[in-house]
Amino acid sequence: MKFLCVDCDQQMAFAERQLPGDGTLAATFKCPSCGRVVAMLTNPMETQLVSSLGVEIGGRTVPEQPFQTVRKMVATGREDAFAEGTGDEGRGKGTPAWSTDAEARLARVPNFVRGMVKRIYADYAKERGIAEITPAVMDTARAELGLEGM
Amino acid sequence: MRTYHDLTDADRSGLAEQIGAQRRRVAERLAGVGRVIAVMSGKGGVGKSYVTAHLARALARSGRAAGVLDADLNGPTIPRLLGINHAPRPTSQNGIEPAKGADGVTCISMALLLADGAPLAFKGPSAESFVWRGAMEASALRELLGDVAWGALDTLLLDLPPGMQRYLELCDILGAPPAVLTVTIPTAESGDAVRRAMRAAAERGSQLLGVVENMTGQGFAGSAGDDLAREFAVPVLARIPWHPAPDTWNALGARL
Repeated sequence: MKFLCVDCDQQMAFAERQLPGDGTLAATFKCPSCGRVVAMLTNPMETQLVSSLGVEIGGRTVPEQPFQTVRKMVATGREDAFAEGTGDEGRGKGTPAWSTDAEARLARVPNFVRGMVKRIYADYAKERGIAEITPAVMDTARAELGLEGM
Repeated sequence: MRTYHDLTDADRSGLAEQIGAQRRRVAERLAGVGRVIAVMSGKGGVGKSYVTAHLARALARSGRAAGVLDADLNGPTIPRLLGINHAPRPTSQNGIEPAKGADGVTCISMALLLADGAPLAFKGPSAESFVWRGAMEASALRELLGDVAWGALDTLLLDLPPGMQRYLELCDILGAPPAVLTVTIPTAESGDAVRRAMRAAAERGSQLLGVVENMTGQGFAGSAGDDLAREFAVPVLARIPWHPAPDTWNALGARL
Protein backbone atom coordinates (compact mmCIF):
# COMPACT_ATOMS: atom_id res chain seq x y z
CA MET A 1 0.00 0.00 0.00
CA LYS A 2 1.37 3.39 -0.98
CA PHE A 3 -0.01 6.91 -0.86
CA LEU A 4 0.30 9.51 -3.58
CA CYS A 5 -0.14 13.25 -3.10
CA VAL A 6 -2.05 13.91 -6.29
CA ASP A 7 -1.48 17.67 -6.30
CA CYS A 8 2.31 17.26 -6.04
CA ASP A 9 2.51 13.89 -7.84
CA GLN A 10 4.75 12.79 -4.97
CA GLN A 11 4.84 9.55 -3.02
CA MET A 12 3.89 10.26 0.57
CA ALA A 13 6.20 9.04 3.32
CA PHE A 14 5.21 7.12 6.41
CA ALA A 15 5.24 9.42 9.41
CA GLU A 16 3.64 7.84 12.47
CA ARG A 17 1.78 4.78 13.69
CA GLN A 18 -0.70 4.55 16.55
CA LEU A 19 -2.33 1.48 18.08
CA PRO A 20 -5.22 2.78 20.19
CA GLY A 21 -5.72 -0.66 21.75
CA ASP A 22 -9.19 -1.30 20.34
CA GLY A 23 -7.92 -3.44 17.50
CA THR A 24 -7.71 -0.55 15.08
CA LEU A 25 -4.60 1.06 13.64
CA ALA A 26 -3.84 4.61 12.57
CA ALA A 27 -0.91 5.43 10.33
CA THR A 28 -0.10 8.85 8.97
CA PHE A 29 1.70 9.65 5.75
CA LYS A 30 3.17 13.01 4.80
CA CYS A 31 3.85 14.56 1.43
CA PRO A 32 7.53 15.55 1.30
CA SER A 33 6.72 18.46 -1.03
CA CYS A 34 3.68 20.23 0.38
CA GLY A 35 3.61 18.74 3.86
CA ARG A 36 0.04 17.48 3.57
CA VAL A 37 -0.66 14.66 6.00
CA VAL A 38 -3.24 11.93 5.55
CA ALA A 39 -4.20 9.22 8.00
CA MET A 40 -4.92 5.62 7.10
CA LEU A 41 -7.37 4.13 9.59
CA THR A 42 -7.93 0.40 9.53
CA ASN A 43 -10.75 -1.47 11.22
CA PRO A 44 -10.00 -4.45 13.51
CA MET A 45 -10.38 -7.00 10.72
CA GLU A 46 -8.03 -5.11 8.41
CA THR A 47 -5.53 -4.61 11.23
CA GLN A 48 -5.67 -8.30 12.01
CA LEU A 49 -5.03 -9.20 8.39
CA VAL A 50 -1.82 -7.15 8.42
CA SER A 51 -0.79 -8.68 11.77
CA SER A 52 -1.39 -12.16 10.42
CA LEU A 53 1.34 -11.61 7.85
CA GLY A 54 3.88 -11.10 10.61
CA VAL A 55 4.80 -7.62 9.40
CA GLU A 56 4.68 -4.22 11.06
CA ILE A 57 3.40 -1.02 9.51
CA GLY A 58 6.12 1.59 9.93
CA GLY A 59 8.86 -1.00 10.02
CA ARG A 60 10.31 -3.04 12.84
CA THR A 61 11.75 -1.29 15.85
CA VAL A 62 13.11 -4.55 17.26
CA PRO A 63 14.06 -7.72 15.37
CA GLU A 64 11.33 -10.31 14.91
CA GLN A 65 11.49 -12.84 17.72
CA PRO A 66 11.25 -16.60 17.14
CA PHE A 67 7.63 -17.75 17.06
CA GLN A 68 6.43 -14.18 17.40
CA THR A 69 3.08 -14.81 15.72
CA VAL A 70 2.38 -17.97 17.70
CA ARG A 71 3.31 -16.32 20.99
CA LYS A 72 1.41 -13.14 20.34
CA MET A 73 -1.66 -14.33 18.50
CA VAL A 74 -2.51 -17.86 19.66
CA ALA A 75 -5.24 -17.57 22.28
CA THR A 76 -5.10 -21.17 23.46
CA GLY A 77 -1.36 -21.66 23.89
CA ARG A 78 0.34 -23.18 26.92
CA GLU A 79 1.70 -20.67 29.38
CA ASP A 80 4.84 -22.78 29.66
CA ALA A 81 5.25 -23.54 25.96
CA PHE A 82 8.67 -21.92 25.82
CA ALA A 83 11.60 -21.94 28.21
CA GLU A 84 13.32 -18.62 27.64
CA GLY A 85 17.07 -18.35 27.44
CA THR A 86 17.70 -22.09 27.70
CA GLY A 87 18.53 -22.80 24.08
CA ASP A 88 22.04 -23.34 22.77
CA GLU A 89 22.74 -19.65 22.54
CA GLY A 90 21.36 -18.88 25.95
CA ARG A 91 23.10 -21.61 27.92
CA GLY A 92 26.21 -20.77 29.85
CA LYS A 93 25.88 -17.02 29.47
CA GLY A 94 25.27 -14.60 32.29
CA THR A 95 21.60 -13.91 32.67
CA PRO A 96 20.70 -10.56 34.19
CA ALA A 97 18.80 -10.61 37.45
CA TRP A 98 15.43 -8.92 37.84
CA SER A 99 14.76 -6.53 40.70
CA THR A 100 11.51 -7.03 42.63
CA ASP A 101 10.07 -3.83 41.19
CA ALA A 102 11.00 -4.85 37.65
CA GLU A 103 9.41 -8.26 38.12
CA ALA A 104 6.24 -6.64 39.43
CA ARG A 105 6.14 -4.42 36.38
CA LEU A 106 6.76 -7.36 34.08
CA ALA A 107 3.89 -9.22 35.73
CA ARG A 108 1.53 -6.52 34.47
CA VAL A 109 2.39 -7.35 30.87
CA PRO A 110 -0.26 -9.63 29.30
CA ASN A 111 0.88 -13.22 29.72
CA PHE A 112 0.72 -14.06 26.02
CA VAL A 113 3.56 -11.64 25.27
CA ARG A 114 5.27 -11.64 28.65
CA GLY A 115 7.90 -14.17 27.67
CA MET A 116 8.82 -12.26 24.56
CA VAL A 117 8.94 -8.93 26.41
CA LYS A 118 11.07 -10.45 29.13
CA ARG A 119 13.54 -11.73 26.59
CA ILE A 120 13.76 -8.36 24.84
CA TYR A 121 14.70 -6.68 28.12
CA ALA A 122 17.06 -9.51 29.04
CA ASP A 123 18.80 -9.33 25.66
CA TYR A 124 19.07 -5.56 25.99
CA ALA A 125 20.67 -5.91 29.41
CA LYS A 126 23.00 -8.72 28.35
CA GLU A 127 24.25 -6.83 25.32
CA ARG A 128 25.15 -3.88 27.56
CA GLY A 129 26.57 -5.87 30.43
CA ILE A 130 23.80 -4.82 32.81
CA ALA A 131 23.69 -7.21 35.76
CA GLU A 132 20.26 -6.30 37.10
CA ILE A 133 17.13 -5.18 35.31
CA THR A 134 15.33 -2.45 37.19
CA PRO A 135 12.37 -0.25 36.21
CA ALA A 136 14.89 2.41 35.20
CA VAL A 137 16.63 -0.03 32.88
CA MET A 138 13.25 -0.97 31.42
CA ASP A 139 12.43 2.71 30.81
CA THR A 140 15.76 3.27 29.09
CA ALA A 141 15.37 0.14 26.97
CA ARG A 142 11.86 1.11 26.01
CA ALA A 143 12.99 4.53 24.86
CA GLU A 144 16.03 3.23 23.01
CA LEU A 145 14.26 0.33 21.33
CA GLY A 146 11.07 2.22 20.57
CA LEU A 147 8.90 -0.31 22.38
CA GLU A 148 5.27 0.63 22.81
CA GLY A 149 3.31 -0.33 25.89
CA MET A 150 5.94 -2.69 27.25
CA MET B 1 -2.01 9.99 -11.99
CA ARG B 2 0.80 7.54 -11.31
CA THR B 3 -0.12 4.05 -10.19
CA TYR B 4 1.35 1.63 -7.65
CA HIS B 5 4.33 0.38 -9.61
CA ASP B 6 5.22 3.91 -10.69
CA LEU B 7 5.98 4.83 -7.08
CA THR B 8 9.42 3.49 -6.34
CA ASP B 9 10.58 5.48 -3.31
CA ALA B 10 11.62 3.36 -0.36
CA ASP B 11 8.93 3.34 2.30
CA ARG B 12 9.76 3.14 5.96
CA SER B 13 7.48 0.20 6.59
CA GLY B 14 9.41 -1.89 4.12
CA LEU B 15 6.66 -4.51 4.07
CA ALA B 16 8.09 -6.23 1.01
CA GLU B 17 11.49 -6.35 2.71
CA GLN B 18 9.92 -7.76 5.88
CA ILE B 19 8.27 -10.52 3.87
CA GLY B 20 11.55 -11.11 2.05
CA ALA B 21 13.39 -11.39 5.36
CA GLN B 22 10.89 -14.00 6.53
CA ARG B 23 11.50 -16.05 3.41
CA ARG B 24 15.27 -15.77 3.79
CA ARG B 25 15.04 -16.92 7.38
CA VAL B 26 13.24 -20.09 6.31
CA ALA B 27 15.80 -20.72 3.56
CA GLU B 28 18.72 -20.19 5.93
CA ARG B 29 17.16 -22.43 8.55
CA LEU B 30 16.61 -25.25 6.10
CA ALA B 31 20.07 -24.94 4.57
CA GLY B 32 21.21 -27.83 6.74
CA VAL B 33 18.35 -30.08 5.68
CA GLY B 34 19.15 -32.52 2.91
CA ARG B 35 15.64 -32.77 1.57
CA VAL B 36 12.15 -31.75 2.49
CA ILE B 37 9.33 -34.19 1.77
CA ALA B 38 5.66 -33.33 2.13
CA VAL B 39 3.51 -36.29 3.11
CA MET B 40 0.03 -35.60 1.81
CA SER B 41 -3.06 -37.21 0.40
CA GLY B 42 -5.85 -34.72 -0.03
CA LYS B 43 -8.01 -37.22 1.88
CA GLY B 44 -8.55 -37.41 5.62
CA GLY B 45 -8.29 -40.57 7.67
CA VAL B 46 -5.88 -42.49 5.45
CA GLY B 47 -3.08 -42.53 8.01
CA LYS B 48 -0.72 -39.81 6.82
CA SER B 49 0.52 -38.99 10.29
CA TYR B 50 0.95 -42.65 11.17
CA VAL B 51 2.96 -43.24 8.00
CA THR B 52 4.97 -40.05 8.54
CA ALA B 53 5.95 -40.90 12.09
CA HIS B 54 6.93 -44.49 11.33
CA LEU B 55 8.78 -43.54 8.16
CA ALA B 56 10.77 -40.94 10.12
CA ARG B 57 11.65 -43.55 12.74
CA ALA B 58 12.75 -45.98 10.05
CA LEU B 59 14.97 -43.34 8.47
CA ALA B 60 16.49 -42.55 11.84
CA ARG B 61 17.12 -46.21 12.60
CA SER B 62 18.99 -46.50 9.32
CA GLY B 63 21.33 -43.73 10.41
CA ARG B 64 19.73 -40.87 8.53
CA ALA B 65 18.87 -37.91 10.74
CA ALA B 66 15.14 -37.28 10.42
CA GLY B 67 12.77 -34.59 11.63
CA VAL B 68 9.03 -34.15 11.39
CA LEU B 69 7.16 -30.89 11.15
CA ASP B 70 3.55 -31.49 12.09
CA ALA B 71 1.85 -29.16 9.60
CA ASP B 72 -1.60 -30.22 10.75
CA LEU B 73 -2.02 -27.17 12.96
CA ASN B 74 -5.61 -27.94 13.91
CA GLY B 75 -5.31 -31.66 14.52
CA PRO B 76 -1.70 -32.32 15.49
CA THR B 77 -0.88 -35.92 16.38
CA ILE B 78 2.80 -36.43 15.62
CA PRO B 79 4.13 -35.94 19.20
CA ARG B 80 1.91 -38.72 20.50
CA LEU B 81 2.97 -41.01 17.65
CA LEU B 82 6.62 -40.32 18.48
CA GLY B 83 6.10 -40.74 22.21
CA ILE B 84 6.81 -37.09 23.01
CA ASN B 85 5.30 -35.47 26.10
CA HIS B 86 5.05 -31.75 26.54
CA ALA B 87 7.99 -29.92 28.00
CA PRO B 88 8.71 -26.21 27.57
CA ARG B 89 10.69 -25.77 24.38
CA PRO B 90 14.15 -24.34 25.04
CA THR B 91 14.38 -20.95 23.41
CA SER B 92 17.14 -18.60 22.46
CA GLN B 93 17.67 -15.87 19.92
CA ASN B 94 18.79 -18.67 17.62
CA GLY B 95 15.33 -20.20 17.64
CA ILE B 96 13.29 -22.90 19.31
CA GLU B 97 14.75 -26.33 19.92
CA PRO B 98 12.65 -29.16 18.49
CA ALA B 99 11.50 -32.01 20.70
CA LYS B 100 13.15 -35.39 20.37
CA GLY B 101 11.05 -38.53 20.07
CA ALA B 102 11.34 -42.24 19.43
CA ASP B 103 14.52 -43.32 17.64
CA GLY B 104 15.85 -39.77 17.92
CA VAL B 105 13.40 -38.20 15.48
CA THR B 106 13.13 -34.46 16.07
CA CYS B 107 9.74 -32.82 15.94
CA ILE B 108 7.84 -29.59 16.21
CA SER B 109 4.09 -29.48 16.45
CA MET B 110 1.33 -27.19 17.62
CA ALA B 111 0.46 -30.01 20.01
CA LEU B 112 3.56 -29.01 21.99
CA LEU B 113 2.50 -25.38 22.14
CA LEU B 114 -1.25 -25.60 22.78
CA ALA B 115 -2.88 -26.07 26.16
CA ASP B 116 -4.00 -29.66 26.74
CA GLY B 117 -7.02 -30.47 24.64
CA ALA B 118 -7.42 -26.88 23.44
CA PRO B 119 -8.22 -26.11 19.81
CA LEU B 120 -6.01 -23.74 17.88
CA ALA B 121 -7.66 -20.36 18.35
CA PHE B 122 -6.27 -16.96 17.52
CA LYS B 123 -6.81 -13.64 19.19
CA GLY B 124 -8.64 -11.18 16.99
CA PRO B 125 -12.04 -10.02 15.83
CA SER B 126 -14.41 -12.97 15.64
CA ALA B 127 -16.58 -11.53 12.87
CA GLU B 128 -15.50 -12.72 9.44
CA SER B 129 -12.42 -14.37 10.86
CA PHE B 130 -12.16 -16.44 7.68
CA VAL B 131 -10.61 -13.33 6.09
CA TRP B 132 -7.48 -13.48 8.23
CA ARG B 133 -7.38 -16.96 9.78
CA GLY B 134 -5.76 -18.58 6.75
CA ALA B 135 -3.02 -15.97 6.73
CA MET B 136 -2.48 -16.45 10.46
CA GLU B 137 -2.10 -20.21 10.03
CA ALA B 138 0.34 -19.64 7.18
CA SER B 139 2.40 -17.38 9.45
CA ALA B 140 2.39 -20.03 12.17
CA LEU B 141 3.51 -22.61 9.62
CA ARG B 142 6.31 -20.29 8.50
CA GLU B 143 7.48 -20.01 12.08
CA LEU B 144 7.41 -23.79 12.55
CA LEU B 145 9.71 -24.03 9.54
CA GLY B 146 11.93 -21.02 10.01
CA ASP B 147 12.18 -20.47 13.77
CA VAL B 148 13.09 -24.01 14.80
CA ALA B 149 16.74 -24.92 15.20
CA TRP B 150 16.49 -28.03 13.03
CA GLY B 151 20.24 -28.40 12.71
CA ALA B 152 21.63 -30.88 10.23
CA LEU B 153 18.96 -33.28 9.01
CA ASP B 154 19.03 -35.71 6.13
CA THR B 155 15.26 -35.57 5.78
CA LEU B 156 12.55 -33.29 7.11
CA LEU B 157 9.09 -34.79 6.68
CA LEU B 158 6.13 -32.42 6.63
CA ASP B 159 2.94 -34.06 7.80
CA LEU B 160 0.16 -32.23 5.97
CA PRO B 161 -3.52 -32.14 6.92
CA PRO B 162 -6.19 -33.23 4.45
CA GLY B 163 -6.82 -30.87 1.56
CA MET B 164 -4.45 -28.75 -0.51
CA GLN B 165 -4.36 -25.46 1.36
CA ARG B 166 -1.31 -26.29 3.47
CA TYR B 167 0.59 -27.60 0.48
CA LEU B 168 0.03 -24.35 -1.40
CA GLU B 169 1.16 -22.34 1.61
CA LEU B 170 4.29 -24.47 1.81
CA CYS B 171 5.12 -23.81 -1.82
CA ASP B 172 5.00 -20.07 -1.14
CA ILE B 173 6.93 -20.23 2.12
CA LEU B 174 9.62 -22.56 0.79
CA GLY B 175 9.91 -20.67 -2.48
CA ALA B 176 9.79 -23.95 -4.39
CA PRO B 177 7.41 -26.89 -4.34
CA PRO B 178 8.55 -29.68 -2.00
CA ALA B 179 8.88 -33.30 -3.06
CA VAL B 180 5.67 -35.15 -2.31
CA LEU B 181 4.94 -38.60 -0.91
CA THR B 182 1.27 -39.50 -1.18
CA VAL B 183 -0.69 -41.79 1.08
CA THR B 184 -3.94 -43.50 0.15
CA ILE B 185 -6.05 -46.40 1.28
CA PRO B 186 -7.12 -48.96 -1.35
CA THR B 187 -10.64 -47.62 -1.96
CA ALA B 188 -11.73 -45.84 -5.13
CA GLU B 189 -13.10 -42.96 -3.04
CA SER B 190 -9.70 -42.36 -1.53
CA GLY B 191 -8.13 -42.69 -4.96
CA ASP B 192 -10.40 -39.94 -6.30
CA ALA B 193 -9.36 -37.48 -3.62
CA VAL B 194 -5.67 -38.38 -3.74
CA ARG B 195 -5.68 -38.10 -7.53
CA ARG B 196 -6.75 -34.46 -7.29
CA ALA B 197 -4.01 -33.76 -4.77
CA MET B 198 -1.35 -35.46 -6.87
CA ARG B 199 -2.49 -33.61 -9.97
CA ALA B 200 -2.33 -30.28 -8.14
CA ALA B 201 1.14 -31.09 -6.81
CA ALA B 202 2.39 -32.15 -10.21
CA GLU B 203 0.99 -29.03 -11.84
CA ARG B 204 2.72 -26.93 -9.20
CA GLY B 205 6.00 -28.64 -10.04
CA SER B 206 6.51 -31.00 -7.12
CA GLN B 207 8.45 -34.19 -7.64
CA LEU B 208 6.08 -37.08 -6.95
CA LEU B 209 8.13 -39.67 -5.09
CA GLY B 210 5.51 -42.38 -5.07
CA VAL B 211 2.44 -43.76 -3.37
CA VAL B 212 2.09 -45.52 -0.03
CA GLU B 213 -1.03 -47.67 0.16
CA ASN B 214 -2.08 -47.89 3.77
CA MET B 215 -4.52 -50.20 5.59
CA THR B 216 -4.28 -52.97 3.03
CA GLY B 217 -5.35 -56.56 3.39
CA GLN B 218 -8.55 -56.24 5.42
CA GLY B 219 -11.76 -54.32 5.13
CA PHE B 220 -10.97 -51.96 2.31
CA ALA B 221 -11.39 -53.24 -1.24
CA GLY B 222 -9.86 -51.52 -4.22
CA SER B 223 -6.65 -50.81 -6.06
CA ALA B 224 -6.16 -47.08 -5.54
CA GLY B 225 -2.42 -47.48 -4.94
CA ASP B 226 -1.80 -49.27 -8.22
CA ASP B 227 -4.20 -47.03 -10.13
CA LEU B 228 -2.52 -43.83 -8.95
CA ALA B 229 0.97 -45.22 -9.50
CA ARG B 230 0.11 -46.15 -13.07
CA GLU B 231 -1.61 -42.86 -13.80
CA PHE B 232 1.26 -40.72 -12.52
CA ALA B 233 4.07 -43.08 -13.52
CA VAL B 234 5.40 -43.37 -9.98
CA PRO B 235 6.11 -46.43 -7.84
CA VAL B 236 3.99 -47.90 -5.08
CA LEU B 237 6.64 -47.51 -2.41
CA ALA B 238 4.93 -49.62 0.22
CA ARG B 239 1.74 -51.44 1.08
CA ILE B 240 1.14 -51.10 4.77
CA PRO B 241 -1.02 -53.79 6.43
CA TRP B 242 -3.13 -53.14 9.51
CA HIS B 243 -0.45 -54.45 11.81
CA PRO B 244 2.86 -53.67 10.12
CA ALA B 245 6.13 -55.08 11.33
CA PRO B 246 9.19 -52.83 11.68
CA ASP B 247 10.57 -54.38 8.49
CA THR B 248 7.68 -52.82 6.56
CA TRP B 249 8.78 -49.36 7.62
CA ASN B 250 12.44 -50.11 7.15
CA ALA B 251 11.72 -51.21 3.59
CA LEU B 252 9.82 -48.00 2.90
CA GLY B 253 12.65 -45.94 4.36
CA ALA B 254 15.15 -47.76 2.19
CA ARG B 255 13.24 -46.77 -0.93
CA LEU B 256 13.43 -43.04 -0.19
